[in-house]
Amino acid sequence: MSLEFTSSEMMSITAARALTNEMTCFVGIGLPSEAANLARLTHAPDVTLIYESGTLQTKPDVLPLSIGDGELCESALTTVSVPEMFRYWLQGGHISVGFLGTAQIDRFANLNTTLIGDYREPKVRLPGGGGAPEIATNAKEVFITVKHSRRTFVKDVDFVTTVGFGRDGKARDNVPNIGRGPTVVITDLCILKPDPETKELVVTSLHPNVTREDVIEATGWDIRFADQLETTPAPTAEELEVLRDLKARTNAHHSGQQ
Amino acid sequence: MAEFLSLQEAVSKHINNGDTVAMEGFTHLIPFAAGHEIIRQEKRDLTLIRMTPDLVYDQLIGAGCAKKLIFSWGGNPGVGSLHRLRDAVEKGWPNKLEILEHSHAAMACAYEAGAAGLPLAVLRGYVGSDLPKVNDQIKFIECPFTGERLAAVPSVRPDVTVIHAQRADRKGNVLVEGIVGIQKEAVLAARRSIVTVEEIVDDLGASVNACVLPSWAVTAIAEAPKGARPSYALGYYDRDNAFYKDWDGIARDRDTFQAWLKDNVFEKGAA
Repeated sequence: MSLEFTSSEMMSITAARALTNEMTCFVGIGLPSEAANLARLTHAPDVTLIYESGTLQTKPDVLPLSIGDGELCESALTTVSVPEMFRYWLQGGHISVGFLGTAQIDRFANLNTTLIGDYREPKVRLPGGGGAPEIATNAKEVFITVKHSRRTFVKDVDFVTTVGFGRDGKARDNVPNIGRGPTVVITDLCILKPDPETKELVVTSLHPNVTREDVIEATGWDIRFADQLETTPAPTAEELEVLRDLKARTNAHHSGQQ
Repeated sequence: MAEFLSLQEAVSKHINNGDTVAMEGFTHLIPFAAGHEIIRQEKRDLTLIRMTPDLVYDQLIGAGCAKKLIFSWGGNPGVGSLHRLRDAVEKGWPNKLEILEHSHAAMACAYEAGAAGLPLAVLRGYVGSDLPKVNDQIKFIECPFTGERLAAVPSVRPDVTVIHAQRADRKGNVLVEGIVGIQKEAVLAARRSIVTVEEIVDDLGASVNACVLPSWAVTAIAEAPKGARPSYALGYYDRDNAFYKDWDGIARDRDTFQAWLKDNVFEKGAA
């Protein structure tokens, strides 16, 4: 019997599966937070989640709206100051995975969360870098989750807020004390990984019922597919149930307060 | 020793037009009551510093208090844009706003360097980012011991830092609990500081390693119950996430924003 699920659910569940119990994950707000908590509530109950507000090893019952909701602090092992978080815990080398979202991503997995258009005359001003520029270089590796569309997946980002592999794929070469960078990008259509040589993103797995044409149509460059293209396993009943419960709890919590 | 003042007196006495002002609180304990008092007193030409401008700076910017913003993430957390900030940057309304943007790590280090009395902060940061191309306050230096290339930013030294905290005792010692963010560093980095508190109590009730700012390290204290709403104060009230969502609609349009400001700030006096 096959289960019904949305492409957004497929994305969150696939992103959650990338995390394991042994990981210490610096979690971005939004889709990464949903995926990280889903992992914790399913196959990785002991995954360590850290938010930039200083909350170490947090276990929220509902998804936080911001990176500093009280829920994160109250369910954390401990809460440290923001400079301590970035200096000791991130820069100090204690983070195995940085989990990020983005507004734009390019073929070398560079992320733009700063603006669309020209810096001095922006067409659209976006929030900016936040923690991402240093999460992406100081974490041992980076997972990215973002919805797939031509607006988001561009050949070259308008602005490199956060480096993937640079404009030429070589930004990390010969840089000391830098993480491996993005190792996987999970979208609502597929899984992409950087080519080991060129660092250009390559589709390695298509989600169920998604075609190559769907991905080509939603990507702003001439996207490549792996020779051994896989099909991502469909969500299980348990994964779907836990995700839906989490989202229902979260929506009730954030709309019903006060 | 910290001086106990009304919020109106504290803002009037310690914040001048043209000052560099840091109002901190990382999602938690954001000093909204103080921000509203600054708007009511129509302070102008402020250079505003804050890691996450949040709604409080959206309101100050929309009210015309700011000429410059130094920040690292300017959104409405989990909701979307700060529309007043965007309108000022994209359209120059109500006035042109100069921006200088960093990453969180750099700003956190810059506050810490300010508190430590140093001229600069050093971090392993901005590798491969375009931010140094648009912010001339980001430089790179070579470590004199290892030769490693590291980022350097000037320390943050505000004229005034404003924070909100849970409570002060009657001598003016302040306790901050929960997500302590960058508040301690921001106060110690500033020439003057205003701390608003939920309540003034006989006994602070601080544990031995609690985040306490001694009275002699703070300039002024003003009691402002609910002074962080719609942000929150751990142990007192929760974050009003519904208002953060509503703000998107209020701030999107100049008229609805101005009507909100009139009803909720100008026509409401200081506590």
